[in-house]
Amino acid sequence: MTSTAHLSIQNVSKIFPGQQDWMSKLQRRSSKDFVALENINLEIEPNTFVSIIGPSGCGKSTLLNIIAGLSEPTTGAVMMNGVLITKPGPDRGVVFQNYGLMPWMTVLENIRFAIETVNPKLPLSRQKTIAQEYIELVGLHGAERKHPHELSGGMRQRVGIARALAINPQILLMDEPFGALDALTRGFLQDEVERIWEQQRKTVVLITHSIEEALLLSDKIVMMTRGPAAQIAKILDVPFARPRHRETLDEHPAYHELKSEMELHLTKETRAVEEARIK
Amino acid sequence: MQNSVIQGTQPATKRISLTTNQKAFLLFLLILAVVLGLWEIGVRLGLFSQLMPTASATIVNFWSWISDPFFNYGPNDKGIGWHLLVSLRRVMIGFAIGSVIAIPLGILIGLSEVTSKAVDPFIQILKPVSPLAWLPLGLGLLKSSENTALFVIAITSIWPTLINTRFGVSNVDPSYLDVAKTLGASRWRTLFKVILPAAAPYIVSGLRISIGIAWLVIVAAEILVGGTGLGYFVWNEWNNLQISSIITAIIVIGLVGLILDRLFGLLQSWVAFGRRV
Repeated sequence: MTSTAHLSIQNVSKIFPGQQDWMSKLQRRSSKDFVALENINLEIEPNTFVSIIGPSGCGKSTLLNIIAGLSEPTTGAVMMNGVLITKPGPDRGVVFQNYGLMPWMTVLENIRFAIETVNPKLPLSRQKTIAQEYIELVGLHGAERKHPHELSGGMRQRVGIARALAINPQILLMDEPFGALDALTRGFLQDEVERIWEQQRKTVVLITHSIEEALLLSDKIVMMTRGPAAQIAKILDVPFARPRHRETLDEHPAYHELKSEMELHLTKETRAVEEARIK
Repeated sequence: MQNSVIQGTQPATKRISLTTNQKAFLLFLLILAVVLGLWEIGVRLGLFSQLMPTASATIVNFWSWISDPFFNYGPNDKGIGWHLLVSLRRVMIGFAIGSVIAIPLGILIGLSEVTSKAVDPFIQILKPVSPLAWLPLGLGLLKSSENTALFVIAITSIWPTLINTRFGVSNVDPSYLDVAKTLGASRWRTLFKVILPAAAPYIVSGLRISIGIAWLVIVAAEILVGGTGLGYFVWNEWNNLQISSIITAIIVIGLVGLILDRLFGLLQSWVAFGRRV
């Protein structure tokens, strides 16, 4: 089992400051401060797969960006293995919703770019071997020399996952990785992620909209309240044995109970979001 | 269920079907024939100035220039190929100088919002100035007609490349930059491996506009500066009242401009990798 991380999110709040100087007031463009997250406390144990689910606009992605180090919390701190996170780093692999692949690099080059950036002294042949290994892992054998625009969305995200894993991060952060894919491809890739996770069992934080996705993949599901000032509503344990299979998952007695609890919560929060928008 | 076959209504008569391109080509030939025909008839009926040659005479003259482009009977009697080469050389040197200034400067100001805003007034004021307005300044500063031509071309080539480079560099897809950040890439590595390749299609499209304008301007500059080049050729033939040679030069200038544009178009698709600019 590879090295993996304990993540501790302590009293994290995020406030996006509004524009309130006299210039913007004069131009009627002033805006109030926006509280995205309020007092988030969360412990993520090593080797667990945690999903964060919540209504849209609840600051899920903001939280992930803070863990990734791309955004700083206004108050509070995120610690990884007891070390404060202040900036992005290769100890955290990030899978982006829009893939974030460089269009001018081939599949192999995209992955090798990540490996070389993190470990510039590694011999070229070794870099290529590692890249090839992860291309095989995500099932992209034969597509090494293709450019992203020649691939389908699902294949692109496999490259995104391979790239994030190839730098051997201690934790994998996934920001709605399948949000841009059609339902069939999404299901297929979820199965792939389940398969890959069984091999590596890294700590994973997954941001998602999908209840089924969260139930299939997670050990713990963090349900968030609606924004602004989103908080953690409840944390659910997902007790299903692994490896899990989409077809047989709903045979587990707790499945429907968990699913309906999540549906209830998300529907309630989403309704409130919609109503707040009308007012 | 016999009705499951969807039947189209196919016309029984078979007509000769042409592709869009074939139709367009036929129409092109028709338009060309009409223009040449009206020209020929108009000149023969004396509808135009007496200087105007007939279409047939112009075609003969065009062919005589094109079939023997590299004769040399002294400074005032050279083949059009020589003039073309001189003009191309000037454009290439001036364009290279302009691009060598514009691309690094564009990168520099594209990376820094402060610099970008500070330099913007200079760009905005200098960009709309006709390149020919720089010509007397060049003559005064450089005291050489050859260098003045290069100077004017260089100045002309700067603006589109500079503006496009700045735009490309400052508008890199933020997700590429996030990827670089999460990998912990250094500033230099981010610049060379991410920002520049991301901006490349914009830079090349700037170069493409620049070379187009440079090719427009070289003719005017050579008319004023004189000596050699296609611009000089046009002016010299006007002094000889050889309208058919001027028309020949116009067509040559147009064709070369088209080829230059297409070459940069190829370069553009070569750096695009499926992106559209």
